[in-house]
Amino acid sequence: MKIITSVFREVAGLFVEDGSLALQIVVVVIISGVFARLFPDSTSAAGAILLFGCLGVLSANVARAARR
Amino acid sequence: MIGSVTHIGPAMTAAFLGSLVEAVEALTIVLAVATVRGWRPAGLGALAGLVLLALIVVVLGPLLNLVPLHLLQLAIGVLLLLFGMRWLRKAILRAADIIPVRDESRAFAVETEALRDQARRHEARLDWLAAVASFKAVLLEGLEVVFIVIAVSAAGGLLVPASAGALAACLLVALVGVVVRRPLTRVPENTLKFAVGVMLSAFGMFWTGEGLGVAWPGADLAIVAFAALFLALGLAAVALARRPSTEEALP
Repeated sequence: MKIITSVFREVAGLFVEDGSLALQIVVVVIISGVFARLFPDSTSAAGAILLFGCLGVLSANVARAARR
Repeated sequence: MIGSVTHIGPAMTAAFLGSLVEAVEALTIVLAVATVRGWRPAGLGALAGLVLLALIVVVLGPLLNLVPLHLLQLAIGVLLLLFGMRWLRKAILRAADIIPVRDESRAFAVETEALRDQARRHEARLDWLAAVASFKAVLLEGLEVVFIVIAVSAAGGLLVPASAGALAACLLVALVGVVVRRPLTRVPENTLKFAVGVMLSAFGMFWTGEGLGVAWPGADLAIVAFAALFLALGLAAVALARRPSTEEALP
């Protein structure tokens, strides 16, 4: 039973270690997806939101960890 | 473009390097088990872990073919972003001395001590407990390898090169481990983790965008640009976040 619990914890841990980082990435993806749906002719903008959103989220997260 | 050269090289390299990191970590535990209880329980546990991992790949692989391509690209892309950026963040923080770097010698010592402690308490069942420790290490570290292989290959039809990269890394680590019989402390795990984090984040960015219907400029070549951006950001973040060492901090 302990092994099964460890496996499930490990699988979840593959993607989520710092909950706020994971949540912010998902929010960026959702915003980008909504933008791509609303403006299907300019998907580059949705791509830019995704790219720079993720880069921004990572920078902010590292900066916050460095300040702690 | 499915299976293009732009994808095969990075997919194979990401699978190789990612598997190298995980195989080194698993080897440390298996070696600890072998040191305390011998190679039989260590080997049997590791073998059982490998069989279960193979079963997971055999069952999961064909199931992924049933998922529509755009949905698969989006799901795999988001998971790769979460996984890759998690690795990259950790590698940045370790390189900047904000969190400690993983020490294989220490991990080996901790695991050996835990097994010896178990030996004092449960002598009769120790071979079983040792085999379980080895099984768990291979299974848990192997899950990351399986994810990397499936993720970098599933959305682009690259299962063979990605699996070959992962298998080569695991065989290499196993071979070196059997020869030297001690933890591979000289493997630059954090540098590898940094590189794999960059590559997986780039793949994740590409596939998530494709899944959302984004037409990336340069098509597949966009992956190279994403990797360059994540690499530049990572290096800049390490430089900016680096904590001065005690000696540097002194006036």
